[in-house]
Amino acid sequence: MDTQQWATLSNNMVAAATVIFGLACIAYLIEWSSSRRVIVAAPVAAEAKADAPVEAKASSTGAEIAREGQGSATAVKVAAAGGGDDAVQARRDESAERFGRIGIGLTVLAWLCLLVGVVSRGFAAERVPWGNMYEFATAGLLVVTTIFLGLVRFTNARWLGGVVTGFAVCMLGLAFLAYVPAGPLVPALDSYWLFLHVSAAAIAGGAFTIGAAASIFYLVKSRAERETPEEERVGYLWRLPSSTAIDQLAYRVHAFAFPIWTFAALIAGPIWAEHAWGRYWGWDPKEVWAFITWVVYAGYLHARATAGWRGKAAAIIALIGFATFLFDFIGVNLLASGHHTYSGL
Amino acid sequence: MTQTDQRTSRNRDFARTAPPLPPRQFARWFWRQLTSMRTALLLLLLLALGAIPGSFIPQTKVDPAAVIRFGREHQTLTPIFDRLGLFSVFSSPWFSAVYLLLMVSLIGCIVPRSFVYFRALRARPPKAPARFDRLPASTSYETDESPQEVLERAASVLRRRRWRVDVDAPNADAEADRVGVVRAEKGFLREAGNLTFHIAAVVVLVAVAMGSLWGYKGSVIVVEGEGFSNTLTQYDDFSAGGLFNASELTPFSLQLDRFDARFQIDGPQQGQPLKFEAQGTYVPEPGADSQPFDIQVNHPLDVGNSSVFLVGQGYAPVVTVRDGKGDVVFSGPVPFLPEDASYTSTGVIKAPDASPQELGFEGFFLPTAVMDGNIPRSAHPAAANPALALFVYSGDLGLGDGLPQSVFALDKNGLTQLQSADGKPLRLLLQPGQAARLPNGLGSISFDGVRQFARFEIGHSPGKMLALGAAVLGIAGLLASLFIRPRRAWVRTRRRNGRTLVEVARLDRVSGADLGADVDQLTAEFRRSSPQPRTTGPESGKD
Repeated sequence: MDTQQWATLSNNMVAAATVIFGLACIAYLIEWSSSRRVIVAAPVAAEAKADAPVEAKASSTGAEIAREGQGSATAVKVAAAGGGDDAVQARRDESAERFGRIGIGLTVLAWLCLLVGVVSRGFAAERVPWGNMYEFATAGLLVVTTIFLGLVRFTNARWLGGVVTGFAVCMLGLAFLAYVPAGPLVPALDSYWLFLHVSAAAIAGGAFTIGAAASIFYLVKSRAERETPEEERVGYLWRLPSSTAIDQLAYRVHAFAFPIWTFAALIAGPIWAEHAWGRYWGWDPKEVWAFITWVVYAGYLHARATAGWRGKAAAIIALIGFATFLFDFIGVNLLASGHHTYSGL
Repeated sequence: MTQTDQRTSRNRDFARTAPPLPPRQFARWFWRQLTSMRTALLLLLLLALGAIPGSFIPQTKVDPAAVIRFGREHQTLTPIFDRLGLFSVFSSPWFSAVYLLLMVSLIGCIVPRSFVYFRALRARPPKAPARFDRLPASTSYETDESPQEVLERAASVLRRRRWRVDVDAPNADAEADRVGVVRAEKGFLREAGNLTFHIAAVVVLVAVAMGSLWGYKGSVIVVEGEGFSNTLTQYDDFSAGGLFNASELTPFSLQLDRFDARFQIDGPQQGQPLKFEAQGTYVPEPGADSQPFDIQVNHPLDVGNSSVFLVGQGYAPVVTVRDGKGDVVFSGPVPFLPEDASYTSTGVIKAPDASPQELGFEGFFLPTAVMDGNIPRSAHPAAANPALALFVYSGDLGLGDGLPQSVFALDKNGLTQLQSADGKPLRLLLQPGQAARLPNGLGSISFDGVRQFARFEIGHSPGKMLALGAAVLGIAGLLASLFIRPRRAWVRTRRRNGRTLVEVARLDRVSGADLGADVDQLTAEFRRSSPQPRTTGPESGKD
């Protein structure tokens, strides 16, 4: 295949991935809405499906949520209060489960398309495929989806699916606006630091995205836990892990991302800047925002260890950190001038 | 949040009514506040907030020309911004205040914590709590082995797993209640990593400060065939730290023989630069042999403690100016500065020795000239069809009064623009080899050829290796502090009804571990070839 064919393949695959992400998002939303009225927990130990065992604690206080983070929460067979509702509940529940699985299947398919799209882009341009804004967006989303599917595989994080795929559709849509044909790099980018610096930034950015999604769920869930009386705890939200477990997941993803971001922004970046521009730190707008992102996430890690800042405040700081990351990636490329003008626009 | 609000409002009431603290107590209170985590957190967020204007408002150190442009466009804002230091945010008093306070807060936190840490390193692992069943994970079993045997084996198992272990042997005197305990602790590197990371952050700041105090940086344009020697007077612009001494400049010199610039000829990214390469020779110090160099973007030349970076390039049309008497008053290459991606470049030519009147030329160099209606413009950055478009001025260039003047601008105060026959400003459009005669017998100008120039940035920032080393160490510390888990475990033996009751418990100071599974695994190892344990605590899965 010549470079032109690779480029066409890449474009088609990224377009296909966008559509499939959209379909996956719809599937998750249907899963969500069709479990609107499903009663999640019951006073009796739930009957578990053989392929997805779920521990549910019997509790004298009545309804208690099935043990978080283990097994598919939707696999809980509902033992509803009224006998006649049983069949309706079970049907709703099965339909929710089916759409959830469809969502995962579509996400895997979209991930494959995106993978082929990114790799073939590399063949088309004959270099690593993250040399401009469009390529960084596609490669970054590949990381996001990879982390998401990894979490689904190992910790059952399917509940993140709607937000993750929705975000992927939006970002790929934006990426098409920043589309430039595959081509060689400007001399300043022609360095092996492109591989280290940008791939580290993409991995960290991907993890920040998942962390932000989890933080949003944390805020919603912890608010609901505070404000919803036990008997009204019905619907999708109550199938999610507890806010404590969501917070733990958000923390782990951020703890994974932060050292990588530190490497990308404060080690690899300065080394490369020193090679290319003759100074390792020059407060270029991109550098300023990378620094701001780093400082805000450092703030998040500290907030989690500070009395009065744990929980809600820390989650909000994480979301601010993600906003600064997005601005660093999108806003600085489009609005500010400086050395990092590689959007290709 | 509501709780916090209540607390602060109560504090405020307290502050209103309470008598003022004596100075020493106030100092202590202030110090404790400053070094508290909450203050550090607020300072961190303030630092992030303070950096934002630095990315939107042009910065003198980053782009001085943009600051001047901003000043022209915003007449009212500029003095206010200037007073607030918004054109040099990162060296402004308020930004410095935030990061210096943060540094003090950081050091005030690191130092006491280091002492605590070193004490903890020497101290024994903590005492066992009275009731294990209140701990997040515990189990117990009975065995016929003696307490000594159990304790010894537990200690050796834990030691093999690299726990710090300490044994309280059963008291031999009190036969009735002979309790023996193994205390164990693990994960000390977490706090070490935490301290390393924060110390590294301070060292990086110190290294950056060293660089800005003792370092220098300057840039110079060198045309093909010309040279540069590293002295202050040769720089086009130069900036150095307060403690820099000009005699410390590495005394090298270089000669640029050839500059190679390649651009994408066709395809969608036509005109995009592909390669810039400057070749020539350099003499590392006076008297040394000259050596060849090949400087590219991303491949600087290191000479002594200085480095030479290729940061820009452009064209220098070679022109010859003759005055009214036919004497050559200017001859040579004149760098024109590129303004856009297709290298439409602007520049001026000054001939102060011309008579009867001094001559000045201002205009554009177009590497690939095409006519856009009546206006010539450049279609491609490569010099495929070079052309020079110039306006001509005569009169007084203003060079006689001794004030320094930019070589890229004309001071038009004493100059009049020459007109063509139809009364419009005279515009010369020359291609290499062409010449033009100026009206009124003022002289002539010929465009002899095109050379390229390289813009080099030469600099030295001491402390950069220190900063790198500290940053790498900092990451190592960060990883340790994020991923190493401080753990505690206890094993207690008690004699009961002629048998030995063994209790095992685990406790972490950070959540997330599967403590139940941990306890089960430890217990299984303690009692190989013993009966099954009777678990009392919560099982695996407890977060």
